[in-house]
Amino acid sequence: MEQMLHVSSNPHVRSKVSTNRIMQMVVAALLPATVFGIWNFGLRALLVILVSVISSVAFEWLYDHFMHKENTIGDFSAVVTGLLLALNMPVSIPLWMPVLGSAFAIIVVKQLFGGLGQNIMNPALAGRCFLMISFAGRMTDFAVSDSFRGVVDSVTGATPLAALKDHGFTQGSVSVWDMFLGNTQGTIGETSALAILIGAAILLIFKVIDLKVPLTYIGSFSVFVILYMLFSGMGFDGNYLLSHLFGGGLMLGAWFMATDYVTTPITPLGQIVYGCCLGVLTAVFRLFGGSAEGVSYAIIFCNLLVPLIERVTRPAAFGKGGKKA
Amino acid sequence: MGLLTFKGGVHPYDGKELSKNYPIEKYLPKGEMVYPLSQHIGAPAVPLAAKGDHMLAGQKIADAGGFVSAPIHASVSGTVKGIEQRLTSTGSMVNSIIIENDQQYEEIEFTPARLEDLSKEEILKRIQEGGVVGMGGAGFPTHVKLSPKEPDKIEYVLVNGAECEPYLTSDYRRMLEEPEKIIEGLRVMLALFDNAKGYICIEDNKPDCISKMKELVADIPRMEVKELMTKYPQGGERTLIYAATGREINSSMLPADAGCVVDNVDTVVAVYKAVILGRPVMSRIVTVTGDAISQPKNFTVLTGTNMGELIQAAGGLKDKASKIISGGPMMGFAMYDLNVPCIKTTSAFLCLEKDPVSESRQTACINCGKCVSVCPGRVLPARLATFAEHGDMENFQKFDGMECCECGCCSYVCPAKRPLTQSIKSMRKMVLASRKKK
Repeated sequence: MEQMLHVSSNPHVRSKVSTNRIMQMVVAALLPATVFGIWNFGLRALLVILVSVISSVAFEWLYDHFMHKENTIGDFSAVVTGLLLALNMPVSIPLWMPVLGSAFAIIVVKQLFGGLGQNIMNPALAGRCFLMISFAGRMTDFAVSDSFRGVVDSVTGATPLAALKDHGFTQGSVSVWDMFLGNTQGTIGETSALAILIGAAILLIFKVIDLKVPLTYIGSFSVFVILYMLFSGMGFDGNYLLSHLFGGGLMLGAWFMATDYVTTPITPLGQIVYGCCLGVLTAVFRLFGGSAEGVSYAIIFCNLLVPLIERVTRPAAFGKGGKKA
Repeated sequence: MGLLTFKGGVHPYDGKELSKNYPIEKYLPKGEMVYPLSQHIGAPAVPLAAKGDHMLAGQKIADAGGFVSAPIHASVSGTVKGIEQRLTSTGSMVNSIIIENDQQYEEIEFTPARLEDLSKEEILKRIQEGGVVGMGGAGFPTHVKLSPKEPDKIEYVLVNGAECEPYLTSDYRRMLEEPEKIIEGLRVMLALFDNAKGYICIEDNKPDCISKMKELVADIPRMEVKELMTKYPQGGERTLIYAATGREINSSMLPADAGCVVDNVDTVVAVYKAVILGRPVMSRIVTVTGDAISQPKNFTVLTGTNMGELIQAAGGLKDKASKIISGGPMMGFAMYDLNVPCIKTTSAFLCLEKDPVSESRQTACINCGKCVSVCPGRVLPARLATFAEHGDMENFQKFDGMECCECGCCSYVCPAKRPLTQSIKSMRKMVLASRKKK
């Protein structure tokens, strides 16, 4: 035979879905929230996003280059990290901060632990928490600029969630509808639940994510908030609950960051347990903690629980737990 | 009725349209015939023929080497040229009997029988003497499968017509063209198990087979057709039993432990031929297909036929074949040489223009869990492959690595293109070898 044949172990066919295709899908799914953020906050938001994405990719390239490792920017994971980091920042952020956050996310959180797939925390969120702890004032500076199109709480002028923590849901609060649409103050990418849900639908349709983590997260969070309302004497208040769901980072976190493959349990049951932990922790942080927000810390904390959750939720192999004749 | 299925599995491109509409053609071989002595699981057969002997088609040329073994029969008439090591489609060299085909196709006289006149022992004897083995690919001797410790506890005889492997259409053509033989074969098998029902299990991508079979079994007691969801690996033994009966078996159990016997449609036809017609296994249906084949076809092929010859019979290869597989794309064996014989378990030759395996580049695991969600064995392929790569035999077994059925779903679906199945497979071999040593 004059031709050379390829020989390899089975299977001999491969699905077309590859890592970089998945990452590209995530970027595409983040576009509605990104575009809305730019529309809502003005062109400076675009600048923050570009700086964050470009610096993330640059740090990935630099690390690979100086460590003599294979160049991995083609897998698009650094783009996702940079984009998520920017969407988690207020528009008024000084531009050196996304650069610093990207450096921490890519080099410390991701590459020092072994690169893609080895990081124990979500890089973008770890980068955000690093900045929150180091520069709390700048990261929570939601002063309204001229280019801002949304509505603000008439009492405090803060983000809806901060106002909610401060004085509950009142006449002057941003309406639930505005929060759902995103005409409100917050980080660049978190305000519009609608835009995030459109992106989430893209991820679900293309089977990049499934519902286990987001639904258990949002579900357990809701249950906890309802119990809190009932037991704290506030009584059930639909507006309060919906403000918690659509205000702040819950939607972005539940659909785009809690679903990060690397830092989520691989076992189906583990994903449900993980989602429930996230919901409860987020509610505890938001309702009893010092800051109005709790999503980032809850996700980072639960990331660390993943190995433990996986260990206790390993499925029974076929034929070992089921019916026997 | 809802479709029966299992949890997990994948839907690769099925490629069946290439060959499904070509009726079975009989191919008569030209060159020498090669009969490997191991065409089955168990002890190799022991040669009866010697160099220079003149053999007739249907004559036994090698006898079973034990109970778990099967005899081998000549499929042509001709002279034995010798017994030597020859390459087989799985890549190993096997001692083989070589016969020079005299093109006369003279057969010995076969002794037909009526099912009513045979005792159970006689039926099993005829199956054993006919050299019938699992023709779906595993090659387990059928008479052993049909002799469980407690035959009365067998409640289901499952005829596996799922044909879940992409590209393969040999079972499809068999069910379409010769359904009566399958039913007769099942009748023979049911005669062995008084308390069993016979289910003919077919995936719903073959509606013509389903309706034809349903029509034929309508008035036959103890026989039913079961429709399965089209999904790979629906035709795996464990997944099929689960779909048809709701029972689960693990790697340390036999189908009989769940009251089941499972046989491929081609095996059932071989049972019919061996018991009723008295004809041993001398031929089988082979699909020759793939985008690198000029004219994909389904052939009745005599065992021992050279594969290169068969590919020529299908119009030969197009210019740029890059991979040739014996069997289907999910569980078949890639081959480097076409000079191998068709044996009892050869279901297909698949010739592909492109090899997605060598074209894809392996990257780091991103822990996406897709391998876990498709795994029909409900193990954690990503973790098992890592244990395998680290040589960690203890954790590999602790994490149920031995429950893997090597179906290939995890490698198929992995976005990082890790060779998960390959790593797990080789570790399983090492574990089995180390258990043997003890």
